[in-house]
Amino acid sequence: MASVTHNFMKLFRGSSGSTPAETPQTAQKLTRRSSGLGELARLWDQDTPLCVLDLGSTSAANIRFFTGRGHKIYSEDLLVASTEPHLVTKDEQGNVVLDSRRFLADNLLYPASHFDVVLCWNLPDYLDESLVRPVMGRLWSVLKPGGMLLAFFHTKDAGPDSPCYRFHIVEKDVLEMQRIVMRREARRGPTGAIHTAIADGFRLQRVFNNRHIETLFRDFASIKFFLARDNVREVLVVR
Amino acid sequence: MSAPLSADLAQIGKSVVIKGELSGSEDLYVDGQVEGSIALKNHSLTVGPNGQVKASVEAKGIVVQGKLEGNVQASDRVELRKSAVVTGDIATQRISIEEGAYLKGKVDIQGKADKAAGK
Repeated sequence: MASVTHNFMKLFRGSSGSTPAETPQTAQKLTRRSSGLGELARLWDQDTPLCVLDLGSTSAANIRFFTGRGHKIYSEDLLVASTEPHLVTKDEQGNVVLDSRRFLADNLLYPASHFDVVLCWNLPDYLDESLVRPVMGRLWSVLKPGGMLLAFFHTKDAGPDSPCYRFHIVEKDVLEMQRIVMRREARRGPTGAIHTAIADGFRLQRVFNNRHIETLFRDFASIKFFLARDNVREVLVVR
Repeated sequence: MSAPLSADLAQIGKSVVIKGELSGSEDLYVDGQVEGSIALKNHSLTVGPNGQVKASVEAKGIVVQGKLEGNVQASDRVELRKSAVVTGDIATQRISIEEGAYLKGKVDIQGKADKAAGK
């Protein structure tokens, strides 16, 4: 039992002793129960086909889960998209930032009020600061009124080395979490460019507190928090 | 990785660039660049690891190991291998996606009834 608890608490804390060179190439998979996903589960069995947007790494499991229930799923990995070199620019103070206008000209190009559900997973925690608010604004506009968005946020106890995971839905309220592993080889992105950021993995950019989260989703109609034991808050917002 | 050799398999090598409409009645292996459209109604398309296809694709089966940009319609199945980078909507009866494949687009699994109804 102790080892189970130990592993459970490590999920979002990461391992401070590891370096990229030491990271194994095989991706360890862990499961966790998700209250937020469970809350969404009542939608999955309805007769009307839903439009679902998955913003995590491409997941065959998620595609199977939704298409098997007759829903339409859209997949778009915004973390990978944010590593496009042409996005890098400087703000008025000369600080290096990502060009959010350009990012939104290339990504999240959907009609207004198109989606019933957006699965953000841990995107806001790992996305570059300059993109977080613009992306949330765009997500508000592509969600239908009454549509729901699920996002995960680390608590401050999670630590700066918290690993970035991809999420696979295995049951209505159970997720399989697969650490995004370090790759020795570079990988081509959607434009054919080589992404070294993938090779280096993604780092936690910040820790939102409750007030930050409420501000981030202030345009949404309601917000619901689920505090889990593994140093993560699940947030379900309704447009 | 080399393409499987078959009498009924046409191949576009990695130094070949084609722009326009491609259609045929045999399987096609593309390891070069194709821009336009590809229609292989009852046959399969394989985009090799060096392949860069920027086209709408219609085929019975589609296997992607390289880069494919465009909407995809497969009457049977789509396979995205781990090195696949696909940007576009996919409509098919069956799909398999290896870990590491990248997809930006919609996946629409169409049953035979859907296809017959033209949905």
